Amino acid sequence: MPRDTTIQKVLLIGSGPIVIGQAAEFDYAGAQACRALREEGISVVLINSNPATIMTDTEMADRVYIEPLNVEFAERVIARERPDGLLPTLGGQTGLNLATQLSDAGILEKYNVRLLGTPLSAIRQAEDREAFRELMRQIGEPVPESWIVTEEWQLEEPAGAGIWPLIVRPAYTLGGTGGGVAHNPDELYEIARKGLALSMRHQVMVERYLVGWKEIEYEVMRDANDTAITVCNMENLDPMGVHTGDSIVVAPSQTLSDKEYQMLRTASLKIIRALGIEGGCNVQLALDPHSFAYYVIEVNPRVSRSSALASKATGYPIARVSAKIATGLHLDEIENAVTRKTLACFEPALDYCVVKIPRWPFDKFVLADRRISTQMKATGEVMAIDRSFEAALMKAIRSLEVGVYGLSNKTVPQMSDIQLEEAIRVPNDERLWAIAEGFRRGMMLEEIHALSNIDPWFLRKLQHLVSLETRLKLNGKAIARMAARLLQDTRESATPATENTGTEHHLIARLLREAKQAGFSDRTIAEFAEVPELQIRALRKRLEIVPIYKMVDTCAAEFEAATPYYYSCYDREDE
Amino acid sequence: MRAILVLEDGTVFEGESLGAPGHACGEVVFNTGMTGYQEILTDPSYAGQIVTLTYPLVGNYGINADDFESCRVQVEGFIVREAADVPSNWRALQSLHQFLKERQVVGIKGVDTRALTRRLRVRGVMMGTISTEETPEQALARLRTLPGYEGIDFARRVTTEAPYRWVPGARAPIPVGEQEDVPRSPDVRFRVALIDCGVKYNILRNLAALGCETTVYPCTVSAAEILRDNPDGVMLSPGPGDPSQLGYVVDTVRRLVGHKPIMGVCLGNQIVGYAFGARTYKLKFGHRGSNHPVKDLETGRVYITSQNHGYAVDPDGLRDGMEVAHINLNDGTVEGLQHRELPIFTIQYHPEASPGPTDSRYFFSKFVQNMERARR
Repeated sequence: MPRDTTIQKVLLIGSGPIVIGQAAEFDYAGAQACRALREEGISVVLINSNPATIMTDTEMADRVYIEPLNVEFAERVIARERPDGLLPTLGGQTGLNLATQLSDAGILEKYNVRLLGTPLSAIRQAEDREAFRELMRQIGEPVPESWIVTEEWQLEEPAGAGIWPLIVRPAYTLGGTGGGVAHNPDELYEIARKGLALSMRHQVMVERYLVGWKEIEYEVMRDANDTAITVCNMENLDPMGVHTGDSIVVAPSQTLSDKEYQMLRTASLKIIRALGIEGGCNVQLALDPHSFAYYVIEVNPRVSRSSALASKATGYPIARVSAKIATGLHLDEIENAVTRKTLACFEPALDYCVVKIPRWPFDKFVLADRRISTQMKATGEVMAIDRSFEAALMKAIRSLEVGVYGLSNKTVPQMSDIQLEEAIRVPNDERLWAIAEGFRRGMMLEEIHALSNIDPWFLRKLQHLVSLETRLKLNGKAIARMAARLLQDTRESATPATENTGTEHHLIARLLREAKQAGFSDRTIAEFAEVPELQIRALRKRLEIVPIYKMVDTCAAEFEAATPYYYSCYDREDE
Repeated sequence: MRAILVLEDGTVFEGESLGAPGHACGEVVFNTGMTGYQEILTDPSYAGQIVTLTYPLVGNYGINADDFESCRVQVEGFIVREAADVPSNWRALQSLHQFLKERQVVGIKGVDTRALTRRLRVRGVMMGTISTEETPEQALARLRTLPGYEGIDFARRVTTEAPYRWVPGARAPIPVGEQEDVPRSPDVRFRVALIDCGVKYNILRNLAALGCETTVYPCTVSAAEILRDNPDGVMLSPGPGDPSQLGYVVDTVRRLVGHKPIMGVCLGNQIVGYAFGARTYKLKFGHRGSNHPVKDLETGRVYITSQNHGYAVDPDGLRDGMEVAHINLNDGTVEGLQHRELPIFTIQYHPEASPGPTDSRYFFSKFVQNMERARR
């Protein structure tokens, strides 16, 4: 269907102040939406309480109101501007909440403002725990079994359900004291009795224990014609139990076979259709690492933090396309802004690996509890792209700007073996470095897997990086020798004269290339070789080990790209 | 061990050996799917081809016992950027390298597969060879003495030698001679005759799930033979190679039109196209991947489809009531045909998925409905 021409003016609600879980990504989404709407000839009115954003720049929207994000001020803006529509799903939870309040207060009706994109009823159904569980039951999508227990006899049902292990969480106790994991009816009764006694409300929640399951996310889009697509899937390196905002995330998924990938993709599309979302949506699922069993954990019925990540990871502008869908356009009527030849109705194919690492503020809040779990603590995140997981991870680590340039930091080597095991077992901001240190101290991969539940595929990659590190250290003197020899006389040919130095030359050149392909920084290699960083840089340039640049083009080179962006890597062909 | 990939135009890529040593030769094609290498390796439509995957990390979840699409590896060779040494997945039985080595398949890793893909996109698909033994010059010289991809009847190479049956509940084929020993399943609602030009097991699995017992015939089967067995419907399988080589299958189909409901998949779409007056042409670099958007011209709805084809139907000659029903959104090529009156429809992509999205599985139900109606 062509664009709805009765929409001439649209009110966009920004996301307000920056808080944990809702930061610059919504500015990015809002700015994209402004552009997308104005391209369609729509006049954009923006209200945001945060002036320190790109979207409030005067050239982004036609009218900008820097006002508090509440019903009173929003009504005044609506009364003055009389927009035809309101687009609520691009301003994070703040924008969504304000739109709901405006609708509930009858203000949208009063001024004849239509809600564009996903209907509010769909948003409520996705956000209300019980309504969502009921919808999942109707469409046959599994949600984790859970029971609310206030009397001991009510434990009969979970005890007899044959689902083990179960987690018991007492309601309203500080820090979850009195909870625990039960593996059989005896344990369940014992833990729940204690929990009931400790709970102020005499209430515990019993739920299937999914810690250790893989956490997988799908970013999906749907238009008014019921065409639905997947933009990207992502796998959390940290299994269930850590908030996805606090998890190291990789795109696309790495350890799922096509059967698993498609099973979860089909479920995600079924859910976006059942909810009737028009625009983008994020679906979180838990997948058993030992079977095809899975559970739907949660749905974000709007552009979210994850959509911003997925957009940058794939080149697919989720906020832009969501805004276009809200104006009535169908996915096959929207241009793929990267290729300019194909349409927005396709699924991006990646030919690289993306790694996201959260950025925690523990350097500023030194006394804060550094353990991470289901409540998000990160205040930002970094994302890196490369041809291998190793290199993307190493790039991301350097981008954190915490004074760490690889898999060693200052604190982890100080830990005792017991402390180290604890840092691997209990998720925290230093776990990545603790795992690397574990490998250095000779821990087995199986041991680290048993402690952390992290998939062996990721652990093997970390092990590979540590073994490369060992090789670099062992060859540190040879690297230094070679740097000295080649750099002493710039006129000397890069090809060695004698056979002995020749063998060494080739081995070191290969090792250096391998290290650069795996993402080691010149600085780290220089530390191992005990030479200045600039010498390593000069050495690899002499050896013609230099980065090249490849495109993020949404289509794995199948089509020519008009407006791609680039990432560096140590592969062969420079684009 | 060192290995090289040499293309017909003289381009050389260096890498390391993956799987068996030796050399392999075929048409080099790329697939943009990010998962599904086991299905791709065993898909008969890749006969005569060396496949490269654009996704750089391959073999992560290993090889398992279930995801085979035929009984053997069908690709001539395999090209990847990086192959996982140790797989990580609960179903994994062996690594990609072990599997390829055991099946005597020559592969190469460490290749800049994006550079290769860009070359194929610009120049079109071409012949190539992987070698672990030769110099680039020797490999190129050998490549030049070998026949090209066109002009070979690959269907006859991959088709079943003797008919076999696939019944609901079965996990493997049952030779027709032994059918007396197998009790007829009460779940069988329809009997399907499938002309095998390179069938994927998942077509048989999907039919079985809907209560169809399928008899798979060699592609040389006659229409009379099929009509004698009186099936409820006829399925035309996907398959490799140039459809213009398959005049004998086109003839068989012409004789079946009007007698039985017909569904054609991939190569089956092209064969039905020929039977209704159309011709085919070769695409520059084909459609291979799990992300191709296809528009249903009737509903306007777009589906993301799994594709693997190097030829397309030219709709110009279509006659006798056959119409284009689906088109590819990227390049406008024909993706499906539908007859105005007769229960005959075809799709150029893969409703059986495996690998790829399962969005188009509904075509099997449509076929079953056609068979149900034809019975009345």
